[in-house]
Amino acid sequence: MDELKLYTYIAVFGSFALYFGIAWWARAGTTSEFYVAGGNISPIQNGMAIGADWMSAASFISMAGLIAFLGYGGSVFLMGWTGGYVLLAMLLAPYMRKHGKFTVPEFIYDRYYSKTARVVAVVCLIIASLTYIIGQMKGVGVAFSRFLEVDYGLGLGIGMGVVWVYAVLGGMKGITYTQIAQYCVLIFAYTIPAVFISIQLTGNPIPQLGLGSTLADGSGVYLLDKLDMVVTDLGFKEYTTDNMGGTVNMFAYTLSLMIGTAGLPHVIMRFFTVPSVQAARSSAGYALVFIALLYTVAPAVGAMARFNLMNTIQPEAGQNIDYAERPQWFKDWEKTGLLKYEDKNGDGKIQYVADKDKNEMVKVDRDIMVLANPAIANLPNWVIALVAAGGLAAALSTAAGLLLAISSSISHDLMKGILTPNLSEKNELLLSRVVMTISILIAGFLGLHPPGFAAGTVALAFGLAASSIFPALMMGIFAKKMSGKAAVAGMCSGIGITMLYVFQHKGIMFIPGTSFLGGMEPNWFFGISPNAFGSVGALVNFVVAFAALKVTGPAPAHIQQMVDNFRIPHGVSAAHEH
Amino acid sequence: MEKKKTYWQENLRLIFICLAIWFVVSFGFGLLLVEPLNTIRLGGYKLGFWFAQQGSIYTFVGLVFWYSAKMNQLDKKYKEKGS
Repeated sequence: MDELKLYTYIAVFGSFALYFGIAWWARAGTTSEFYVAGGNISPIQNGMAIGADWMSAASFISMAGLIAFLGYGGSVFLMGWTGGYVLLAMLLAPYMRKHGKFTVPEFIYDRYYSKTARVVAVVCLIIASLTYIIGQMKGVGVAFSRFLEVDYGLGLGIGMGVVWVYAVLGGMKGITYTQIAQYCVLIFAYTIPAVFISIQLTGNPIPQLGLGSTLADGSGVYLLDKLDMVVTDLGFKEYTTDNMGGTVNMFAYTLSLMIGTAGLPHVIMRFFTVPSVQAARSSAGYALVFIALLYTVAPAVGAMARFNLMNTIQPEAGQNIDYAERPQWFKDWEKTGLLKYEDKNGDGKIQYVADKDKNEMVKVDRDIMVLANPAIANLPNWVIALVAAGGLAAALSTAAGLLLAISSSISHDLMKGILTPNLSEKNELLLSRVVMTISILIAGFLGLHPPGFAAGTVALAFGLAASSIFPALMMGIFAKKMSGKAAVAGMCSGIGITMLYVFQHKGIMFIPGTSFLGGMEPNWFFGISPNAFGSVGALVNFVVAFAALKVTGPAPAHIQQMVDNFRIPHGVSAAHEH
Repeated sequence: MEKKKTYWQENLRLIFICLAIWFVVSFGFGLLLVEPLNTIRLGGYKLGFWFAQQGSIYTFVGLVFWYSAKMNQLDKKYKEKGS
C-alpha cells in the first residue's frame, strides 16, 4: 500500500469512526428528538449543521470546477446559493419557527387548512429530495472508487451503511451533532489546499485576497489579468467577463437559485431545531457565515485551478508540453475516463485551445478540478487524503438531512397527518425509521443504476422548490388573507409551467426524443435556460394565487388570527395580554 | 392590537431596507451594472466581478446579522411597552 492510500484510509475511516461515536452518544428517544432534536440546538451549532446540510457534493466537488470553466458566469451559483439565506432569515424562518411544528408540509396544512395543499407539498418535497440524494450517492461512489480504488458499488454500499447507522439511530439529534463534525472536516479539507495553492501562486495565504493579488513570480502582473490573457490567447472567452447566456439569463438563474434555496424543505426544517424565534434569526446568520467561508474560497479555487491547468499544459506561450512527459495526476485521471487526450495534429504535444477542431484535450470533466487540484499543485499526500474525507463528509451530511426530510414527510404528514391519524408516538418513531431505511435503499439503488435523467434533476429540484414551496410559504406569512384554494391554484400553476418548460427542452421525465414543440428555438423565453426557469414559475405562482384570491374570497378569521400570532415572537404577544 | 400592528409595520420597513441592499449588491452591482463597475479596479479584481464573486456574499452576511440585531431591539422595545 502506498503512502497516499494509507493516509486516505486513515482520514476516511477516522472520520467515519468519529461520526459513529457521535451518533451513539446522541441517540433519539422521542419523536421530538427525532424530528427537531428536541428543539434545543444553539444558534451557532445549528448554523454549522445547516452549513454541512446545505453544502453537498455539488458545492464541495462541482462548484469550483464550474466556476473554473464558466469564469464570471459561475457567479450565479455563488450569489444564488448564498443570497437565499437572506430571504430565509427575513421572510420565512422566524415565523415558521414561531408556529412551532415539525415539518414544512405541516405548516402549509395549518396555514391553508387543506389536505390537498399538504399532499402537494409532500410530493414536491419527496421529488426534490430524492433527486438530490441520487447526486450525493453518486458522489460517495466516485470518491471511494477514485481514492481507495474499491469498486463503485462497494463504495456506495459503505456510504449507505454509514448514513443508515447515524441517521436512523439518531434522527435529527444524531444528524445535527454529526453534521457539526462533518462541517469541520469539510471546511478544513476545502480551505487547506486553497491556502497552499494561494501561497504558491501569489504569496498571500488568504485565498480570497490571493485571487486579487499579483503573481509571486516577480512579474508584478495580477493573477486574474494573467488568466484573462492566457485564456483569450487560446481562443476562450475572457475569464472575468464571460457571461453565461446573457444578462437576462444570469438574472433569472440567480433569482431561481435564491428562492429555490429558501424553499428547500431540508434546510427550512433545520430552523425548527432552535429554542426561540430570536435564535432562528441568528442561526441563519451563523449558517451564512459558515457557508460563506467555503463560498468565498471557491472562486479562488476555481480560478487558480484553471490557471494551474493551463500552465501545466503550456508553461510558456507556444511551448506546449509533450504528451509523453505529462504529470502523474494527468495519467491518474485518464484512467477514470474523465480526462481524455487525442493527438489530432500528430506532433506528440498537448494543445488545449477553444477551437474544437484543433483542441486535443477532448474531455476535461469539470468535476475533477477540486479533487485533482492538490495533485496539480504538487501538494503533499496528506492534503489529498483530507480532500477525500471532506468530499465524503459533504455528500453524507447532505444525504442524511434529505433522508430525514423525506422520512418525516411520509411518516408525519402522509401517515399520521392524513392516512392513519391514530398512530401512537412510539409507532410513528418506528415508522420513520423504517421509511428512512427504505429511502436509503431506494437512493442507493438509484445511485447504482442512475436513471438517464439524473443529470437534469437538480434543475427540477430547485425549480420545484422555487416555483411551488417558496411562494406558498411567503404568501402564507405576508398575505394574511390568502386562502387555501388560491394558494393551491398558485402552487399547481407554478409547478406546471416550470415542468412544462423543463420537459419541453429536455424531454418528458428527461427521456430523450420526447421533447415536444420541437420546432422552437432553445431557451425561447427571453433566452432563459430551463435551469433558470424556477423564477418565472414563482412569478406565475404569485400572479395566479392573487387572481384566484379575488374569486375565492379571503381566508377565514381564525386563520388570519393564526397568521397574526406567528408574526409576533412569543414575548411580544404575551405582553399584549395585559 | 395597535402595538402588534406597529411592530409588524416596523418589521416590514426593516425587511424592505435589507432586501433593497440585497438586490443592489447582487443583481445591481454583480449583474446589471457589472460592465461600468468593471472599469474600476480593486487590486487585481475588476469591481463588478468582485461584487459578483465576493462582495455580495460579505454583504449578505452583514445584512442577516444586522437584521437579527435590529429585530432583537424591536422585540425588547415592544415587550417593555406592553408590561
